Amino acid sequence: MTDAALIWSYLTQGPLLWLTATLIAYWLGDTFFRAMGRQSWANPVLCAVILLACVLGLTGTSYQTYFEGAQFVHFMLGPATVALGMPLYDNLRRVRKAALPLVAALLAGSVTAVVSALAIGKAFGLSEVMLASLAPKSTTAPVAIGIAEGLGGEPTITAVLVLVTGIFGAIIATPLLNALGIRDWRARGFSLGVAAHGIGTARAFQVNETAGAFAGIGMGLNAVLTSIIAPLALRLFG
Amino acid sequence: MIPALAIILVFQLIGEVATRSLGLLLPGPVLGLLLLVLSCTLRPALAEMLRPVVTGILGHLSLFFVPAGVGVVAHLGQFRSDGLAVALALTVSTALAIAAGALVFRAVVRWTGGSEE
Repeated sequence: MTDAALIWSYLTQGPLLWLTATLIAYWLGDTFFRAMGRQSWANPVLCAVILLACVLGLTGTSYQTYFEGAQFVHFMLGPATVALGMPLYDNLRRVRKAALPLVAALLAGSVTAVVSALAIGKAFGLSEVMLASLAPKSTTAPVAIGIAEGLGGEPTITAVLVLVTGIFGAIIATPLLNALGIRDWRARGFSLGVAAHGIGTARAFQVNETAGAFAGIGMGLNAVLTSIIAPLALRLFG
Repeated sequence: MIPALAIILVFQLIGEVATRSLGLLLPGPVLGLLLLVLSCTLRPALAEMLRPVVTGILGHLSLFFVPAGVGVVAHLGQFRSDGLAVALALTVSTALAIAAGALVFRAVVRWTGGSEE
């Protein structure tokens, strides 16, 4: 008879176990998200992360061991960032038509997101590593993680901050924009995409098709702009 | 599928090599993103060839940041001490950014005499 501990030690040596666990956790999270009617708070990534964190804690597995299996999924962040160019390409004509307001709103939203976060963080005495992890929080996750890595931040902290930013933005956008009296769907969607990336974009698509398309444009353009703004702003506050 | 995937990886590869060798601030994949937009503009046929794979990748975008998200386990202590400051910075700046973007968009549309949609 084979010892269960032997099988376990075999499984923890290769990437198979934690790669499988990552996919299953995401699958469960996505199922839960659909079952909850795609509400922002039921974010599938957040569910998967909590689930996996519990499993790692219960089995006493280190993050390093986990990451040996999960790195194959993590690697896809790079190609996924490149792929984000496609929605931008598809909407180039609409971007050109509203070029001036788009550029102005992009600069305003992007600079506000980075600078105000750093200013508040600095005022509360956050460490430089924490500030560098916080700076790209409004950018879509794969890009934010790349920016944080380049700035000396902690990519894992950035990943969580990006998630929470997206969920928070998606929840407050409608009441906030109503209070401000913004009725233009392009303005509503675009500002949400810039401030709350893909999760905000998904929320915008739920509300209005035009808002969704412009949120996608905002997310794509902000990914490029934050890569430039974040290092400059961090130098200002560093 | 394989040619499309290879082309996407080549864009990323060029991006990584170029940003590193030129010391650019952009992450390599972001330069790859710009290369993809530029290439598709120059050759629209390329966009149609890449589209199925791109749709597949973007459909599961959220999956790819699960591993990094799980890393929070390793940093729970840091969140316990910095939690309040981080939460405040994050919520206030996100609300401000949404408001700033939308208000500026509307102001410029009005200023340039465009119509709302």
